[in-house]
This record gives sequence, structure tokens and C-alpha cells, in this order.
Amino acid sequence: MHHWTDTDRIVATQVATVATPQHPLPLESGAELKHVQLAYETYGELNATKSNAILIFHALTADAHVAGKHHEHDPKTGWWDALFGEGLAFNPATDFIICANVLGGCKGSTGASSINPETGTPWGMTFPLITVGDMVVAQKRLLEQLGVGKLKAVVGGSMGGFQAMDFALRYPESVERVVLVATSSKLSSQAIAFNAVARYAILNDPNWNEGNYSLENQPTVGLSTARMMAHITYLSEEALEAKFGRRLQAPAQGKTFDFQKEFAVESYLEHQGKAFLKRFDANTYLYLTKVLDYFDLAEAWGEGSLLKAFSRTQAKFLIASFSSDWRFPTACSQAIAKTLRQLGREVSFIELSSTAGHDAFLLETEALNRIIAPFLHPIDEGKPTP
Amino acid sequence: MMTLRADLQQILTTIPTGASVLDLGCGDGALLQALITQKSCKALGVELDETNVQTCMGKGLPVFHGTLEEALADYPPQHFDFVVLNQTLQRTKLPVPVVHGMLRVGKRAIVGFPNFGHWQIRLALLLGGRMPNSPALPYQWYDTPNIHLFTIADFQALCQQEGWAIERWHYQVGEAWHGGDSILRKRVSNWLGSEAVFQLSKP
Repeated sequence: MHHWTDTDRIVATQVATVATPQHPLPLESGAELKHVQLAYETYGELNATKSNAILIFHALTADAHVAGKHHEHDPKTGWWDALFGEGLAFNPATDFIICANVLGGCKGSTGASSINPETGTPWGMTFPLITVGDMVVAQKRLLEQLGVGKLKAVVGGSMGGFQAMDFALRYPESVERVVLVATSSKLSSQAIAFNAVARYAILNDPNWNEGNYSLENQPTVGLSTARMMAHITYLSEEALEAKFGRRLQAPAQGKTFDFQKEFAVESYLEHQGKAFLKRFDANTYLYLTKVLDYFDLAEAWGEGSLLKAFSRTQAKFLIASFSSDWRFPTACSQAIAKTLRQLGREVSFIELSSTAGHDAFLLETEALNRIIAPFLHPIDEGKPTP
Repeated sequence: MMTLRADLQQILTTIPTGASVLDLGCGDGALLQALITQKSCKALGVELDETNVQTCMGKGLPVFHGTLEEALADYPPQHFDFVVLNQTLQRTKLPVPVVHGMLRVGKRAIVGFPNFGHWQIRLALLLGGRMPNSPALPYQWYDTPNIHLFTIADFQALCQQEGWAIERWHYQVGEAWHGGDSILRKRVSNWLGSEAVFQLSKP
């Protein structure tokens, strides 16, 4: 038995080549990519019957580093680290867990910020537009390289949920269970509108330069503005109110009657915007928000009917939303869950109480462990042989 | 193994092995779990209370957080062998459409309820002149979730009126459950039964 110990918690990001000039990746747009690498991490080991593989998909700006640390003194753990361990949602002692940076990402996978091997310069705006489906097809190729056929489960929150659903409908024979957290079957007009403003900020930053910016001269105003606005949509009004209220950054000073960052919430947002610059790329943000906008599961798989789309899968579903999430409100998850119920599929659904807004899918780890662990590890399930 | 509450045990006994079951208002999932582990049933629950839903999910039981009315509207016709509604019909706003819905999505409906015709309740109202309490009906009139209280005789009359066939039924006296099929028992059941469980179908 392989345990998830402190030494196991140290993981390395690996890279796989999933498209080559001999085996290009055809894209939904009609274009194709001749060079695609995916950065990925794995936890635990694939068992002899290859029946314990779980694929986790990350959200808009995250990466393959879902759990553990990159080195002993790494101050940061992966983005869903709290869900990993004995008795928790994902147990590397018995499960083989895989997470890859999405196609089009900037965390080691091929995207707009990668060097195009044919030109020796970054792809920039010459990178083709991609979709959730393209991301999924690329990750299926990674699974094949890892020797994984059937998946015990696909799991995703937010945009990760988009990929999990597309995977389940694209490869219905390969998925036994699906876990969806704070997600939706399509982007609403309001969500597309937020993305449009984010892109507008980047596209109109003088440094953007048609996407040909240098590392020293990036469209930082555009990207941080985009992030600041998006960040507001990830939090709930009550969480902001509780954390900042109308508090001033320097209460002793009183109102300053100028345009400095006077309110505490302003200063917080600016910090969020600046911190984002260190870990994300502006062109990539343009491409990935477009991926979100294009997403419509009913259109992709059911000629406009969600019922027809989900009729493709026989998988068991666990779906959770959060009460204060207004980015992907409960109604979005409910629509998916109700569709599955109309099809007579086995679906569990819960609206979890939380004040954390959309960000709850990263923060409400105790509740997520409680509901996901038994779903992925049923009592009657035979212990997989290591 | 945990011992099931008597009414749940009675329902468990009537459901055959391997049946598909929808448990409306499944609470903490005690019946669901017994159906799945003891009777190899394909059982799903519906529950409105979030804490209960989390408890069910914590046991790995399939459960849907929502109203029973929505569940009855969603599932395909005749999808389940049994649809169970225990201790809940008296809490619904519109009990008749609920039972019709149960018989739409299920081949059979099992309805369990506290009998307001029990002799202690009749006596309490007759002699005390106050709204009665009993172990099955422990609430005060002003804070009760039970908005549509009824008796075994009321339910039998409703079944006749709505055309629901009563396949079998049982009532509880003390700890014991009795079949409601003999003529003699029909007379006394509405006096003696504290709770009742009916199995219905559409003729």
C-alpha cells in the first residue's frame, strides 16, 4: 500500500507531448496544432486493473498543481490540497489522480505565451482560438500516454466542470462518475459581458501592441483591471461587506477627498490585480475567456437540447453549488441536475451554504470532502490492489 | 447494524429485494441505506434540509437537495418500482397531487402517516378540549409542520375518491404492526393505530 505521506506530498510537474507534426491536434475551429505539450501532475499510482484513475480539471487561471508541494520548503500547496489525503475526497494511497494545465494555458502547457517551434517566437495572437472540447481532446491524449483508459471519475469546479462535462459526453464509455462543483452548462449573457469588459481592458492597454508585447513591457493595466473585475464576481456581496464594509484604508486619517485608494476594498482589489500579474499572461487571458464564452454544452452535444446532450452518458453524477455564488448560481447546477433526473440517471445534488461566493469551490473544503469522499469511494467498492 | 425506527422497518419489510425506490423526504437516509445494503435496492432520496442532505451524501447515498414536488415533476413516468413518502404527506400543501405524482413516476406508492383518529388523540380533544399531542404528533398547534392532519378512514376515503387501489396496508399498535385486511381490523384500526403505512397502485 502506497501512503500519501509527507515525502509523497512533494510532486513534480511533468510535460507530455500530445501533438506533433505527424500527429497534429485538430481543433474545433478547423485549425490544427502541430506542437502541443501539456504540463501535468500525478498523485498515487495506477493500480493493476487500471480502475482507480481520477482526472481533475482546473478552473480559468489555475494549473496542474492541484495538491502537494514542489519542494520541501515550498510555502504554497496545490489549489485543492485540502481535498487530498486518507478519508478525503482524493486519496493518493488508493487513487491515481491526474491534473493537467489546460491547452491554451500559460502554466507549462502550449498556449499563446509559448514559443511556436516553427517561428522561434511566442505564438501571441497567431495562436488559434480554442474551445473546451479542444482542451478535453488534448487531455484524452495525455491519458492514453499514461495508460489510462477508463476513468473512475472526472472532477471539476467552475471551468473545470465545463471540461468534466464535455469529457463525460465526448467519451461516455470512459467515465464512471462525474463530480461537478460550482459550474454551469453554458455561460450566461452576463458572464460573457464580464469577459468582454476584461478583454476590452487588455486589448486597449497601449502595451498590448496587438499581442506582441515584451516581457518587460506587458499590458499590466489591462490584465490587472480584468482580474480586479473578475475577482469581484468571485466574491459575494456579504463576504465583501463582512471583510471590508465601508472601512477606510487609513481610518485615523479620515476621508482624504482625493482619488487615492481610500477604501479598504480598493486597496485589496489592487493587491489582487497586481498579484495576478506575477502568475498570468494577458494574451492567455484573452484566449481562455473566449473558451468560456464559446461553452454551451447543449449546443455542442444536443443540437440545443441539454436533455439530448446528457442522454449520451450513463455516469453517476455528484453536483454541488454554493448559496452565495452569483457567477454560477445554484440555478445553473440545478439545471444540469434536473436534466439528469429527467433522464432517470443517478444524480446527487446539493446547494451548500456558504458566504464565500464562487470562490467557495476552493474554500469550502470540509463540506466538499464530506460529500465527495464517499461518492468516489463507495463502501461496497473492493479495495484496489496496489 | 443500526436498528431502524419501527415505521421504517415496516416499509423496508414490504419492499422486495432489488427494487428501484425513490424515497421522498429521506431525512438522514436511514431507510435509503437499509434498502441499499439489506435489500440490494437501487434507491435514491430527495430531501429539503441541507444538513440531512450532507448526512446522506456523507454515507455515500444518492440524494437530491430539493422539493418532492419538483422531483415528482422531473422523473420519467413509471421510473421506479416504489415511491416512498413517510411521515410527510400531512406536511405537504397539496397532498392529492403529491400522491398522483408518486403514482406517475412509480409503479407503486408507499405512504406512511400518523393517524389523527387514534383513541388517545380523540380522547384528549374530547376531554381536554385542547389540540392533542402524542409521540407521533409532538407539536403545538402553532408550531406544527403538520398542516393537513388526517385519519386512516380519511385516507381510505381519499383513495376511493381518487381511484388509487390499496394493495395492502398496516397500522401500528404499541410496538407491533398489524395487517389492515380483515373486516374486524378495519373497524378498530382507526381507533388503535398510532401510525399507518399504505401501499397504493393505479388500478
